[in-house]
Order: sequence, then C-alpha cells, then structure tokens
Amino acid sequence: MNVQDKIKQQIASDKIVLYMKGTPQFPQCGFSAKSVELLKASGAEFSTVDVLADPDIRQGIKEYSNWPTIPQLYINGEFVGGCDILTELFQKGELQRMVAKTK
Amino acid sequence: MIQPEDIKQMIERGLPGAHVTAGGDGRHFEAVVVFEGFVGKNMVQQHQMVYRALGDKMQAEIHALSLRTLTPEEYRAQAANT
Repeated sequence: MNVQDKIKQQIASDKIVLYMKGTPQFPQCGFSAKSVELLKASGAEFSTVDVLADPDIRQGIKEYSNWPTIPQLYINGEFVGGCDILTELFQKGELQRMVAKTK
Repeated sequence: MIQPEDIKQMIERGLPGAHVTAGGDGRHFEAVVVFEGFVGKNMVQQHQMVYRALGDKMQAEIHALSLRTLTPEEYRAQAANT
C-alpha cells in the first residue's frame, strides 16, 4: 500500500484523528500538546498518529492536506486545521460542537 | 537566520495589499495577517494562502509559525472590542 492510501485508511479509521508529534501521554511538541488538551477539553474521544514514528507519514500527511505543519486534525475524514485553527474554533465553542456531532 | 521582518515581507509579497505584523525569535514565529482576499474563504484556505506565500521556507527554516488570519472587517470588529 502506498503512503497516501495508508493515510486515507488512518483518517477513515476513527471519527476524530489527530496527527501529532509524540503521543497524548508524551507529546514531543508544544503545539501537539496543546491540540490534545483542546480535544480533551472538548470532550472528544480520538485516535492519534505519531508522525515521528514514520517519516513517510510525516511527509505524506503534509501532501495529503496541502498543509505544511503538524499537528493536523481530521473529523469525519475532513481536514479541520492545525493548532491555531483548533484554538480559534475552541474559543468560539465551534470545536465542542463539532466533537458533539460525532457522538 | 530568518527574521520576523523577512516573514512579514514574504507574506506581503505573496498577498499584495495584506497588512502583516510578525514577531518571533528566529525559530518560533507568530504573525497576524489582515487581507481583503480572505473574504469568503474558510480558515483552512486562509492559512493555506499564507503558507503558499512562504513557500519552501515553511518546510525548512521556519520551525513553527502561529498564524492568525483576519479579513479587514473582522480586524475592525476585533479592534472595536478591545
């Protein structure tokens, strides 16, 4: 399976998928850590993909979404944004609404 | 090493007419971009426009960039609130 197919499969594997550096328990970057916190504060149940564990995924996800940075959040297969967008959506209460709709 | 001023200039070159304020320490940067061309675009599209203006720099030299994008109208509304 090529990288892009693998990514499609990962994104489809759960309603909420966060591509991040490290894991929720041990995030390796402040932006990833903050994104995890925002999702938890929104009441989300989510899966994560650690891009540091796979260089092909790390590069491939940037091409998939045409987005040059990590973290990246996907809800119901749709790219939602990176840490700044999550922060803004959370402040507006929008992230909480998006999470609630997945349940 | 890349400076906040470089980031400001690159964004303004890529998005003519945009007003940019940028800060940072050479590795981590933050930028606020106010641009008429953001009207009608969602946040993802707005950020993608800024990333495109930064091009290859975004892949290599800019380790992290906190981005805030606003239309002129949003900017005025925000200024009125604070």
